[in-house]
Amino acid sequence: MATTREAEYPQDSVGRVVPQRAVWDVPFVLKSGSRLPGYELVYETYGELNRSKSNAVLVCHALSGNHHAAGYHAGETRPGWWETAIGPGKTIDTNRFFVVSPNNIGGCHGSTGPNAINPETGKAWGAEFPQVTVEDWVASQAALADLLGIERFAAVIGGSLGGMQALYWAIEYPDRIGHAVAIASAPWLSAQNIAFNEIARHAIQTDPDYLDGGFLEAGKIPERGLMLARMLGHVTYLSGFGLGQRFGREIRRGDLSGRGSLEFEVESYLHYQGRNFAGKFDANSYVNITRVLDLFDLRAKHGGELAHAFKDATCHFLILAFSSDWRFSPERSKEIVDALVAANKGVVSAVIETEHGHDAFLLQEPAAYHRLFRAYMDRVALGCG
Amino acid sequence: MRPDLEIISELIAPESRVLDLGCGSGALLFHLQADKSVNGYGLEIDREHILECVAKGVNVIEQDLDEGLANFSDDSFDFVVMTETLQAVKRPDKAIDEMLRVGREAIVTFPNFGHLACRLQIALQGRMPVTGHLPNQWYDTPNTHMCTFRDFEQFCRDRGIPIRERFVVNNVYNNNWLINRLPNLFGTTAYYRIGRA
Repeated sequence: MATTREAEYPQDSVGRVVPQRAVWDVPFVLKSGSRLPGYELVYETYGELNRSKSNAVLVCHALSGNHHAAGYHAGETRPGWWETAIGPGKTIDTNRFFVVSPNNIGGCHGSTGPNAINPETGKAWGAEFPQVTVEDWVASQAALADLLGIERFAAVIGGSLGGMQALYWAIEYPDRIGHAVAIASAPWLSAQNIAFNEIARHAIQTDPDYLDGGFLEAGKIPERGLMLARMLGHVTYLSGFGLGQRFGREIRRGDLSGRGSLEFEVESYLHYQGRNFAGKFDANSYVNITRVLDLFDLRAKHGGELAHAFKDATCHFLILAFSSDWRFSPERSKEIVDALVAANKGVVSAVIETEHGHDAFLLQEPAAYHRLFRAYMDRVALGCG
Repeated sequence: MRPDLEIISELIAPESRVLDLGCGSGALLFHLQADKSVNGYGLEIDREHILECVAKGVNVIEQDLDEGLANFSDDSFDFVVMTETLQAVKRPDKAIDEMLRVGREAIVTFPNFGHLACRLQIALQGRMPVTGHLPNQWYDTPNTHMCTFRDFEQFCRDRGIPIRERFVVNNVYNNNWLINRLPNLFGTTAYYRIGRA
């Protein structure tokens, strides 16, 4: 049975993947000063690490992502979140690169996070899980690289919050990164973005089933809050034009007369996305990780000067933005690019025309996006020897 | 290497910081990077050209020149280069001002409207010139601000902009005694290195 199913995986997919686990029994002091007694990272790898260990690429996930970036888990028909980009012959070509994709600390899909057991209490962390930051993530990813024997990543790549991790790698570990790829990202969170995050958190935290974060103990899920948070997120990740193109004013069911309850196609889509998400994502993780975004500011340790933040970076940068992305707009990418030029760093940047908004980074379209990204990855591969 | 790039390259000091406005396929920056250890950035809007730059390992930023250079601070570059484009921007005077704000020196090249062929077509046929170095018709030309070498040099004099170097060629990039003697009549393209007033 299993072999039959495997033969059905698309040719350009890495096929069946099995998550792996790395465990550290030593305490991890977070940037906040809080201490994790130990931690675990669940991760996936695709492709083969070459003999000189020079072809490793780190893929960093965004707010709702996880370690499952490509291929298929046993018995599942949906591939990983970046199947469009990762695979044999694809943009991040697994015939050439060894791709490492961890789930970040504070997440809820296997790495140490709010839904994991706190060894000191024997109970799930819940809302007691300490606030993490991009800095903590990058430090834990570097520890994973050590464990895998990877001295230096040929590239660290991510979209949105993932791109912020790539930029942070460039600054924090200049000797351990050849290229930083930040797609639809920003050098710090705008007030507007913090505002959207707070609406999402408020929806979750005021859900009666949230129970001040203690819902796991009570065997409940704050489904309404999570749904609202996700529905709001989805609207902001797409453009108005894109939503119109996709759903228009089509009515799925019901009408004015009141027969059946009226539902537009776009509502149906949002309900589906929200409900699906509420069943898969831990509410405390969502609260914690939206705060990771809010707290992100590359300038913070560098006197408020972005160009100064990049001064020690030695890697080359690819900075991409999407024309209709209003959550992390092209202007935000431009801020990064201008600072890189002022700091004398190598950079390629472009704004890709698309109506797909922020979520375009996950998609197969537009073709111009993958053409440029791929051309850049060809350069990365040249440097792998 | 393309002869026009060879000429520009001669005007640029080694190890300098260069901004190439409308860098095309990145050929100039590639050459400057390899042979002169120049740290260069190109601005380009054509998608295919951007891909060519990436393939060459040239720094390229998608940016429309008509939107200006406001995102670059004063003295960011040693040289700002604009090849064969000055006559096609909305305001050449403002473009020159911006180039000399962002860079300590600027290198500009443009086609000469005072060339003999142009003068003859206007004088004898009474028509707008269409020549080897200016192939477009009046209605589809991107060149909205044509000038002669003499015009440009007068512009520089009026503004106190020093011309540090000038190199004039014909349309096969040759330079002979006739061109040197009467550049505004026999030269098709000039390469100017200019400084701040």
